[in-house]
Amino acid sequence: MSAEPLLVVDDLSVSFQMQSLQKTVVHNVSFELHAGETLALVGESGSGKSVTALSILQLLNPTQVSYPTGSICFKGEELIGADRFTLKRVRGDRIGMIFQEPMTSLNPLHTVEKQINEVLLLHKGLDKSAARTRTLELLNLVGLDQVSERLQAYPHQLSGGQRQRVMIAMALANEPDILIADEPTTALDVTVQAQILTLLAELQERLGLAVLLITHDLTVVRNVASRVCVMRDGVIHETGSTVSVFDSPQHAYTRELLEAEPEGAAPIVESHGKVIIEAEDLRVWFPIKRGLFRRTVGHVKAVDGVSLKLEVGETLGVVGESGSGKTTLAQALLRLIPSTGRIVFDGQEISGASGKDLKALRQNMQVVFQDPYGSLSPRMSVGPIILEGLHAHGLSEGAEADEARAIKVLEQVGLEADALNRYPHEFSGGQRQRIAIARAMILQPKLLMLDEPTSALDRAVQVQMIELLRTLQVQHGLSYLFISHDLKVVRAMANRIIVMKGGQCVEMADATAIFEDPQHPYTRELISAAYTAKV
Amino acid sequence: MSLSPISKRRWQSFKANRRGWWSLWIFSFIFILSMFAEFIANDKPLVVSYKEQLYYPVFNDYPETTFGGDFETATAYRDPFVAELIEAEGWMFWAPVRYSHDTVNYNLKVPAPAPPSSDNYLGTDDQGRDVLSRVIYGFRVSVLFGLTLTFFSTIIGVAVGAVQGYLGGWVDLIGQRFMEVWSGLPMLYLLIIMASIVEPNFWWLLGLMLLFSWMSLVGVVRAEVLRARNLDYVKAAKALGVNRWLILIRHVLPNAMVATLTFLPFILNSSITTLTSLDFLGFGLPPGSASLGELLAQGKQNMQAPWLGISAFLVLAIMLSLLIFIGEAVRDAFDPRKAHL
Repeated sequence: MSAEPLLVVDDLSVSFQMQSLQKTVVHNVSFELHAGETLALVGESGSGKSVTALSILQLLNPTQVSYPTGSICFKGEELIGADRFTLKRVRGDRIGMIFQEPMTSLNPLHTVEKQINEVLLLHKGLDKSAARTRTLELLNLVGLDQVSERLQAYPHQLSGGQRQRVMIAMALANEPDILIADEPTTALDVTVQAQILTLLAELQERLGLAVLLITHDLTVVRNVASRVCVMRDGVIHETGSTVSVFDSPQHAYTRELLEAEPEGAAPIVESHGKVIIEAEDLRVWFPIKRGLFRRTVGHVKAVDGVSLKLEVGETLGVVGESGSGKTTLAQALLRLIPSTGRIVFDGQEISGASGKDLKALRQNMQVVFQDPYGSLSPRMSVGPIILEGLHAHGLSEGAEADEARAIKVLEQVGLEADALNRYPHEFSGGQRQRIAIARAMILQPKLLMLDEPTSALDRAVQVQMIELLRTLQVQHGLSYLFISHDLKVVRAMANRIIVMKGGQCVEMADATAIFEDPQHPYTRELISAAYTAKV
Repeated sequence: MSLSPISKRRWQSFKANRRGWWSLWIFSFIFILSMFAEFIANDKPLVVSYKEQLYYPVFNDYPETTFGGDFETATAYRDPFVAELIEAEGWMFWAPVRYSHDTVNYNLKVPAPAPPSSDNYLGTDDQGRDVLSRVIYGFRVSVLFGLTLTFFSTIIGVAVGAVQGYLGGWVDLIGQRFMEVWSGLPMLYLLIIMASIVEPNFWWLLGLMLLFSWMSLVGVVRAEVLRARNLDYVKAAKALGVNRWLILIRHVLPNAMVATLTFLPFILNSSITTLTSLDFLGFGLPPGSASLGELLAQGKQNMQAPWLGISAFLVLAIMLSLLIFIGEAVRDAFDPRKAHL
């Protein structure tokens, strides 16, 4: 560690001006970043870590943001309030930045070559051919395959991991001193996450970069960072070397974060052979149409011949990376989208059901979606949201009785009765997800499809949610179809697991068997990526 | 009435735009005032007292014989002879402007169009009719026409857009292609041709314009419905087993309402402008009716009488500006980018 830190953030506060009121989101934050080290800013969503990172490059809208206290010094030069020439010199040249969502941070109308060249032409003043050579070199450096062909590719032609590699190449184009990585792997699948993290670590070693890593994922931090700052509500609670923070956390919040790991296993269910839902050779193919007459030239096989069986009271975990067809599978089983193949629910063939039969089915088969912000109508208060299902099925017993039922179901999911008259936006993500569960539970379904119910939540809330789901399952003898890309969560929930890849089921076995003795190489890859993310 | 928090925040945001907020008040005030045009500008007195008895000529027609005149026809109160008869046995209470939109002032000292005077505050047009009175009635007709047209085209537009977006598939495809062809028809020519076949009146014009104006909202509503169809809470409602038309009305359409409300003031504006331009060209409301477009045309023909053009221009400019200001405030209030602040 060199004596002189590259970047000194001292006593930084950041305020947002909203119409008449001012809201401070970062309070007196201080940290230093030295050459060649990786500093991780860890915290849950809304803790102010991204705002801190964006302030370093002065990327926040200057009409809305003010910095009441503090300074940001890069190599002894103050960045707060610096003129645009100074900032232009620093941004993208001395400090590179990569963002969370690689699709939206690349210009969709420019080829890879043009995007990277732009940085080179702007800062280095290279000519076209020199820039091209350098771009090729960079793309090789970040490990993109078929580099010379990829030069002419547009962002949408690349996968998430490839796009993130291009982003990294852009950030590295001018050999910066510091790389700020804002949740660089959050939008990526676990196996790709591991590759990107390995790449970052290699590059850091080779180029002597200082990396400021912003993340909520403690596994990533433990494997990559040398020092950690734990943030919450805009305040840094604890700073220290990764080893010391993880081994002997000083602050109560850090301990809470570290302990917030989904644990335990699904309640054990005696095998009784009663099947709640069974699917055979389920297919959902979306036709690809081309040409003037929209001829079908092929199919996107979102779900391709999946068979599954779920017993009463059991949880079936569906695991796979994004695009593997997990959600499509659930929606096909729910009969929200058309599919072919046989589906038997509760002893009744439902693949051809329609109208009345389908409506009766809806009562017994409910769903909870991933995004608790999107799945509740912002225009309705919680009462009507929960009661909508009752009314739809003609189960309403008058306003008072209905309200009593709504309150009862709210209490079951751990919410107060006064929630009834409030609107979804007044609740946190975890509470909203409880409302969504209450909406499903009031119909007393037999089967609950949980489509990534914990993915949009912070770890600590995830743990509570898993507890709740397990309790409800035991109380009501529910069966769950639990979809998740997060193996730790699935392990805590599922009795049996299906591993999906490219719309097909590659492995199906008991949960313990999957984790202890994975048969398929893809399953092994998933598990090792999730649990080690080794660098 | 309880508003959802989103609506409350939008209402606050609308109020925060002072210009739009004041425009709304001023416009509402003028509009409501113009609804009582008969009490502001009328060639009949509001109340007549004759031989200890009260008469209300605004509401009823009385034959001249009632007041001791010679004719069985409706009383011409402006006739000095009749006025004398009434004044002898009672009194008359007049509206502030003693001319209706079609009252010809035969007592002009100069040839029509007469300049503003204490008798005709804004002068008269080339047929001796009071400009102020015509402007008041013209404003009312314009706004009423605009509101009615906006109302019907919104209902049709939202319905068509919602059905196209929600059902999708062939309905959507055929609907969209039909609209592309239909919007290619030249509306103004059609109106001009129709004007030579039928005598256009308020409802004829409304119907003809409605044939085309319903399309302005279809696009946005359809797009909003297409988007909302895939929202999680719509899927959740579907999974709950809610009837699909109920889903459309309860969950999907409120999303489209934002776009609709944002467009309303602008549609109203363009409806008024269309009517005015037709009147200006002489293919609009029947001859003799109070109309701002006709007044503009007179102003153009009588350049020596600037009070005609200036009055019509000012009324139109103020009315359209107020509507635009209101529209801007509504648009800002519904802007989702401001919603998070």
